[in-house]
Formats: sequence, structure tokens, C-alpha cells
Amino acid sequence: MAASTAVRAAVSFTQKFVRVSPDCSACPLYRLNLCTGATDGFTAPNRHLRTSIGVCQSADSSSPEEDERVVNVVYIDRSGQRIPVQARVGENVLYLAHKHGIELEGACEASLACSTCHVYVSSEHYEKLPEPEEREDDMLDMAPMLQENSRLGCQIILTPELDGMELTLPKVTRNFYVDGHVPKPH
Amino acid sequence: MSLTVFTQTAQHERFSFHGNVNVGKDVTIDELRQAYHAVVLSYGAEGNRSMGIPGEDLPGVFSAKDFVGWYNGLPCNKELHPDLSCETAVILGQGNVALDVARILLAPVEMLKETDITQNSLEALANSKVRRVLIVGRRGPLQIACTIKELREMVNLPKVRADMLPADFKGIAEVLKDLPRPRKRLTELMMKAVKEGGDDKAEKCWGLRFFRSPVEVLAGADGKRATGIRLALNKLEGSGESARAEVTGQTEDVDCGLIISSIGYKSIPIDPAVPFDPRRAIVPNEMGRVQDTAGLYCSGWVKRGPTGVIATTMNDSFDTARVLIQDMEDGKLDLSVNKPGAKAITALLQTRGVRTVLFSQWEKINAEEEKRGRSLGKPREKLLDVDEMLKIAWS
Repeated sequence: MAASTAVRAAVSFTQKFVRVSPDCSACPLYRLNLCTGATDGFTAPNRHLRTSIGVCQSADSSSPEEDERVVNVVYIDRSGQRIPVQARVGENVLYLAHKHGIELEGACEASLACSTCHVYVSSEHYEKLPEPEEREDDMLDMAPMLQENSRLGCQIILTPELDGMELTLPKVTRNFYVDGHVPKPH
Repeated sequence: MSLTVFTQTAQHERFSFHGNVNVGKDVTIDELRQAYHAVVLSYGAEGNRSMGIPGEDLPGVFSAKDFVGWYNGLPCNKELHPDLSCETAVILGQGNVALDVARILLAPVEMLKETDITQNSLEALANSKVRRVLIVGRRGPLQIACTIKELREMVNLPKVRADMLPADFKGIAEVLKDLPRPRKRLTELMMKAVKEGGDDKAEKCWGLRFFRSPVEVLAGADGKRATGIRLALNKLEGSGESARAEVTGQTEDVDCGLIISSIGYKSIPIDPAVPFDPRRAIVPNEMGRVQDTAGLYCSGWVKRGPTGVIATTMNDSFDTARVLIQDMEDGKLDLSVNKPGAKAITALLQTRGVRTVLFSQWEKINAEEEKRGRSLGKPREKLLDVDEMLKIAWS
């Protein structure tokens, strides 16, 4: 990528902190690289900041107990197999998929620089998601087989009302074999 | 690109990296095919398409490939020393690379300072006199090749205003609603830039110029460097993605001291034994299987041509891998004979005096660049000298 790209908060699911929502960019801890994030790699840092550091005045007023609440989701992989996953409020759909061995690519590691974590969201839950920010829509433009219920997995954070959400991985490539061959799942 | 996804793959027990090897010179493709059951060519497009016009070799004219290489720290471009003392720069081409170049030329230095742009180019850009950048394309707004993310970064550049020609956008508003989503959003953003223009007081500006093709680079009275460019005015035949630019016979001259040609990258042949299509500049193949050459595959830009974003090329590499695995399962790839693999190749290279760089050694170069960057407040400060890199790798 050109050096011109500003430093993104690109993070790895093997590291401890996760940039999971646009809110982080407004946080002084994040901007000074002081955000310690969560101890488990897959939950949003807000809880940690609020309870242990107390600097970040998050608009979200949910108590620490609510963040432990279970959210059940189902991933439907590219071969159509249903994989139910028990997750928690605040978890990120991309990193949750990685945690459970579901092959959802995240090439730019949640920095809104690619479209490889493209998923279809079950329609009744799609309605409950916050509107995508402009930068997510820009990257969705590049996703093959875009649908009305398309979102980038790295931008979906689990909330209690998303319980039961189904996330379908698109049957991938722009390249369709001329002879109708269906590639084996990889 | 984040290093971490690649780092994980690179640390896999069945993966090994051998850097500092010039394939085609230090080792041939045939030698690789003797050592391995399958060889995949995934070497991209390191050449560039030239404009093919008089004056193209004058000082002041650069390929986008070289200019991008300069600010990105490619060792072969470190002596580029582009002269940034002119007021106007003209970029030919309107793809993502063209927009990247424009953004680097006009972005406030405070923004660039925090990236991994090289210190040399940062200093040159801090002293740059370039105030106006025109990005020129053969066809119209509906055929522009860039994607919305890059256009938005230009539109949002602080202290820079947009200088478009409303006449270029005649009739566009009427067809907007019927465009597919990506094209529609991109066009709407352009129309917004035409209407709003951005910060009036800004002393820097950028603009898109349509229906224009370069025909000659003009030199000043002394004939020693570029001082302008002659553009042919086109008209559009047809519509949509397949619209064609047709000559009208009219031309227009634009004064400028910096000309950057960004009309496409181009793959080059790696080895005479590998089939190559010079017209399309790709390795001829069927779904990634190189024509008439068992056990040889290709992937990415060298397979399909130099276009596409991360997802496109990533999905393409998955396709090539699937084809290879399918050939293993179908018996198309002969696995009955044992192949020596890396040990044969490294032994061969040793006899030729070529010493390789392993991934763990590459990581030392990476660590050094990050270390140097830290003292400058940057993610990394790139090493520009290959000998220095090798010294660190082998230390």
C-alpha cells in the first residue's frame, strides 16, 4: 500500500487489543496508543476503560454485568454448513469467526481498507444494526455479490438484540468457472 | 497492508521463504520445476505502460511506478530527485495510483509526517512549490477508473480545494439513478466536489480533467526539460464501461513542470522458458494453469492483468490454489516422482555465490526499520540500500 495511507489501527487477532468501533478514534487513550484493550482478544475495550481507567466517558451506559450476556449467533460458511456460536455482548463478528475457525478473511485487519470480511446478515437483524459509516459503504462497493443485507463483519459488534443473528459468508469469487465447475471448499 | 496475516502464514511449519534470489537470473524456472512438483508464478507487474509520445523522456516526466517507488522507499528509486519547484503537476490516468500520487503531492506535511513515507521524500515535499494537480483521463466521469475510497481521500484533504469543469459533467445527473451502486456512489461524490469545491481560501487545488489524451510533452526554449503537455480533446462514442474515446482533432496545451504518467502497470517476462503474451503482458493461462507447461501455474496480476483491489486478487489466489489442489487430486499433477525441493535449489544457489535471506532474517530488517521509525514518530523508517538490508539480515 502506498505510504500515503495514514496509520490505521490495524490489529491482529493474536494481539490483545481490538479497534472495534468508530468510537475509539475519539478516545484520547487510543490516540496516544495507551489503550490497553481487553484481556481477551475479542471483546471491545470500552468495558476495560470504563471500569479500570475511568477516563473514557462512553455514551453507552450499560453496566459491566450486561457485557457478560450471551449472544447466540449462527455462521453459515461457504459450503452452507451452519455453525452455531455462543458469544458475548461487545464481541466483533470478524474476530469471533476467527476464534471459531470460520474462514472469514480479514485482510486489512478491521481497518476499513478492504472488503474481504463481507457477510450477509439475516434480514430481521440487519435492521437492528447501526447504519454503516461512509467508509464502510465505500469498501462494500468493492465486494463481489453485494446484496441489500451486506455488511463488513469487522464492523459488526454484538448487542443483546442481535441474539439469533445469522451471518452467511458469500459464495466468494468473482470468477465463475466456464464449465460450471464448483470449487471444493478450502 | 498489515504484516500480521502474512507473518502467520510465513511462520507455518510447511512454509519457507528464500529472499535475495533473482528468478530468471540466479535460478531458472526449469531448475525450479525440476526441484518442485508445482511452481506458481505470482510476481505481479513491475513494469509500466509508457505513453509512447514525443518528449516522454524529458526531465520532469516520471512514471507513476517510479514516483510511487520514490516516496515508498523502493531502493531502485531512491535517486529519483523529482523537481517539485513548479506550480502545476499533471497526472495522466485516473486510477487509484493516480489519485494516490495527487494526494501525496497535496497533502499537508503534518499528515504525511506520521506515515512511513521516506524521510527524503518528506523533506522534498515539505519544500515543494506544487500547488495545483490536474488528473487527466481519456474518457468521461462515468468511466473514471479509481474507486470511491481514494476519491473521498482527495475530496477530504484539508487545505485543498477541488477545481473541476462543470461542462465535463453535462448530462451526468440525469443518468445517476440507473447506475449500479458502486458507480453511482462514486459519481455522486464527484458531482458533490464539482458543486461544493471545498475550502475557497485554500491555496492548493486539484482537479479532474476528462476527454483528454496526451500527445506530446513540450519543452521550454532550451529544450532541456518539460514545461508543458499537449492534450488531444476526445469525444465519447458509446456509453458506460465500454465507451470509447474518439479523436476530434483539437488539442490544448497545459503549462506544467511535473508530469506523471499513471496509465497502468505491466508484467514483464521472468524467464524465456515461460510463455508470455506481450500484447496483454500476462502469462497465457487457463484458470491459472500456464499454457502448455505442466506443473506451472500463475496467480494475481501476472495471470489476469494489473487491475483489481485486495479482495479481487486475494480471491484470485484462492482460485489458483484450488485449481492446483484439484490437479493433485485428479492426477493431472504427477506426484509419483520424488522432488528434492529447497535443498536442491539452495545448494545450486550456493555454487553460484547467491546467499538467501530466510524469513527470520527478513524479520531483522523489519525490526530495524520499525526501530528507526520510532525515534522519528513514524511506524517505520525504510532502509533504502539493499546492501545495508543484507548486512542486517545476515548479522
